[in-house]
Formats: sequence, C-alpha cells, structure tokens
Amino acid sequence: MDKGVYLLMSGARESMHAQARVANNLANASTTGFRADLHNFRSMASVGDGLQSRVFVQSERPGYNLGEGGLMTTGNPLDIAIKGEGWITVQRPDGSEAYTRAGDLRIDVNGILENGRGFQIMGDNGPISVPPVEKIQIGPDGTITILPVGAPKTAVQILDRIKLVNPVAGNLQKGTDGLFESIYGDIAIADGSVSLVTEALEGSNVNAISELTDMIALSRQFELKAKFMKNFKDLGDKTDALMRVS
Amino acid sequence: MFPALWISKTGLDAMQTDISVISNNLANASTIGFKKSRAVFEDLLYQNVRQPGSQSSQNTTLPSGLMLGTGVQITGTQKSFNQGTIQVTQNALDMAINGTGFFEVLRPDGTSAYTRNGQFGLDQNGQIVTSGNGYVMQPAITIPNDATSVTIGSDGSVSVMQAGSAAPSIVGNIQIIGFANPMGLQPNGENLYLETTASGSPTTGTPGLAGVGTLLSGALESSNVSVVEELVGLIETQRSYEMNAKVISAVDDMLSYVNQAL
Repeated sequence: MDKGVYLLMSGARESMHAQARVANNLANASTTGFRADLHNFRSMASVGDGLQSRVFVQSERPGYNLGEGGLMTTGNPLDIAIKGEGWITVQRPDGSEAYTRAGDLRIDVNGILENGRGFQIMGDNGPISVPPVEKIQIGPDGTITILPVGAPKTAVQILDRIKLVNPVAGNLQKGTDGLFESIYGDIAIADGSVSLVTEALEGSNVNAISELTDMIALSRQFELKAKFMKNFKDLGDKTDALMRVS
Repeated sequence: MFPALWISKTGLDAMQTDISVISNNLANASTIGFKKSRAVFEDLLYQNVRQPGSQSSQNTTLPSGLMLGTGVQITGTQKSFNQGTIQVTQNALDMAINGTGFFEVLRPDGTSAYTRNGQFGLDQNGQIVTSGNGYVMQPAITIPNDATSVTIGSDGSVSVMQAGSAAPSIVGNIQIIGFANPMGLQPNGENLYLETTASGSPTTGTPGLAGVGTLLSGALESSNVSVVEELVGLIETQRSYEMNAKVISAVDDMLSYVNQAL
C-alpha cells in the first residue's frame, strides 16, 4: 500500500488541532480581555534522498488577534478597560511581570489590588496596597486616588499609578497561563500615552462569525482527507485483487 | 482523546453557570437591598504542543509553535455594591443606607450578619427586627408600647413620642457597619451577608461619619440589578452556548464521517 495515507493522516490530525483552537476561542467568547489565537498551516517537506514527493502539514499559532474587544460599561469604579493599544501590568506568583487586557480589579484580603483572576496589579513601585478607603477612583492615565476612611472630604490622596505599557506588538506572546509576556524576557517600561476608560470592561475580541466559518472549513477539509484515505484503501484493495491468483 | 470536544464542554459549563448567575440576578430584580453578581471568566492553561523555535530540520527552526488553549472556566462571582435607587415609602421603620455600609442583625445562633435590606418591623417586645425572619437589629432598640410615633434621624438616632409627654425621647442609635472590602463578604441568602477574612473585620460607625453612608428613614434601597443589562448578558451567553454546542456537533460529524468512510 502507498504510504501516502500517512500524509493524509498528518493532515487530518492537524485539522483536529486547528479545530481545538476554534473551540478554545469560542469557549472564551465571554472572557474579559481575551485575545483570540490565530492559526495557520505550514507545509513541512520530508527531506531525504530521492524524489521529495512527501510534504506533511503542521499547524501553528503564529500569534493572536490584536483587535479590540467591545466595551461594556459596568458602573463599577474598579473596572478599567484600555482605550486603543496598551496593556495592564500584573505580577505572576513567581514575581515576574506579565501583561493583560482584563481590568476587572478588586481588593484582596490583604488590601492588595488584583484583577479578577487573582494576579496582583503592578503600580509604579510594585504591587499596589490599598488602605481602607471610603472612595477609590482610577483616572484615565491609571492614577489611583483615594479618600481614606474617616478623612475629611478634602483629604483626597494619590495612592499610586497603575503601570500601563505598550510594547511592540510582535514582541509579546501568550504564555501558558493566558497572560502575555515578552518574547525576550525583558520588562516593558511604563508608557504615558496609554489611556483607560473607567467603569467599563473590555470583552473578548473573538469574532464568532469568523470562528464558525473556520470551523465549517476545517470540518470539510477533514472530511476531504478522510475521503482520500478511503481512496488509498480502495487502491490497496485493487492492488490486492490484481495480485490474487484465481 | 479529541481536545476540541472537551474544550467546548468547558465552554458549555461556563456559559451555563453564567446563565445561573444572570437568572439569579433577574429573579432578585425586585428584592430590596439585593446586590447583583457577575461571573468572572478565565481562560484555562495553554498546552504547548510544539515549542516555538524548535528544530524543523537540521538547519531550520520553527518560527512559531503550536499552543492550544484548553478552554474556559468561571473562577468566581463578584458582587457589585453599587447603590440601588432609593424608593420613598413613608413607613417610619423603613430605612435605606445612602452610601456604603450595612445594618447589623443578630442571627439565632448568636452570630452577626449584615444586610442592606432596610425593611424593619417590631416584634412582640417592641424590638426592631428584620421583617423576614425577625432577626434583632444590633444594637437592639426597643420601642416602648405607648409610643405614638417613631422618628429615625439621618444620624441613626431613634426618637419616640410617648403619650402624655410633650418632648420626644431618644431610645437608641442605629449604627452602620463598614467593611474594608465589601466584595469579600459571603452572601448567605435572606438578604444577609457574613463576614469573611476577605471582607476584613466590621467597623461600627455613626451614619454619615467615618466613611459609612447616611441613613434615610421612610425609604428603601431597591435592587441594583439593571434588567436591560442582564437581558443583554443573557442573549450573549445563550448565543455563546449555542456556538460551543455547534463545535461539539461539528467535531462529532467529523468523527462519524471517518467512522463511515474508512
């Protein structure tokens, strides 16, 4: 039997991987600040002696969709969304910096500002500790102003400023925890031009229509490959029949 | 075996949980003092199927690898303590907190619980209790039997007019309890919240002072659920649910095709 069936098998397997990517994007269609994964296929020639007629396929995630998700106003003073380009800096449990678009902030048990996923928000001087406050407000440039409990209404203080960054898009990749990090492992510097919308959250930027279209296309490609596997099987059967001594 | 199926299953699970949260908000759209919740979505870990930069042949490397996400989960629900609108009822024992803070009530097991629901009434001893289960408000305030009228001031002072007396007398002061992080309170049903380590310890304050809100007598705070917002959320979640189900059926079709064709 011709080994071409293995080419088809690699194609079908990679179609299934691509389908998993569609499934993950659609599953995260409601995740705050989610960035959709992109996808492409690469042809991988099998290099060796003789005629190079065997080209396998490999699926890849070249990057993520940079488009903006829709803004949802929530009225919660601790909800922030980034207007245009830029990232909110958070700290991973191991102390390294990572970047996210999810600005559903809250204050934890110890008064540390963190986002909905529990990652600490980085200010100009590391994680931001919030004392008991009567009112907390985040300005469009990330400056946090507070009115401490018991203080007169005029005693508004500036607590810290959320570290907003805007590294070159190609220098970021999605880590295994869904946070973005620098490809080169360096730390982005704060960028004053990044601005926030407060009392709003950015939705997921998954385009459901294009994902569903991709899903249909991938299903059909998969069936096509299965069909060709069947052809190879039939060819094999025919060869067997020719060889049969009747 | 087939990751796409399981990824979509996490999507269905999460959307279903979100619909529960939305339906609970909608069911409580008319509950006095109710605070809406929202589900927090989080993408699950990514699997590194092919490492970027790995060798594709002796002299070449892959410029981008393959990282497959594994779906979504709901990590928790967040309460929003935004102010609900104030409705005027003219009932002297109806109270609303304008600003932050809670009323403290004593539960039958002797522990304190906190509520924004200001629908209070009197029990057989004349004590101010919650209208639902009759939990006594803390500090306990007793209205004398012969009181002809009750007035609650914006600072929490409860004064009564008694028969045969020309001047009102103060029988107690209502206090408002503040928390450093109200979002950390544990909702317990019956409009009550319980203290947790995340909420911080309760601080007792006079209404209008020390960071807590002012007291409005003869008014109630309605639920802060915005029905329109919840319905928009419901549409979005329902459609997401359908799309996840669609992926499952597409993968199922692919597999069934393979089973038939080969």
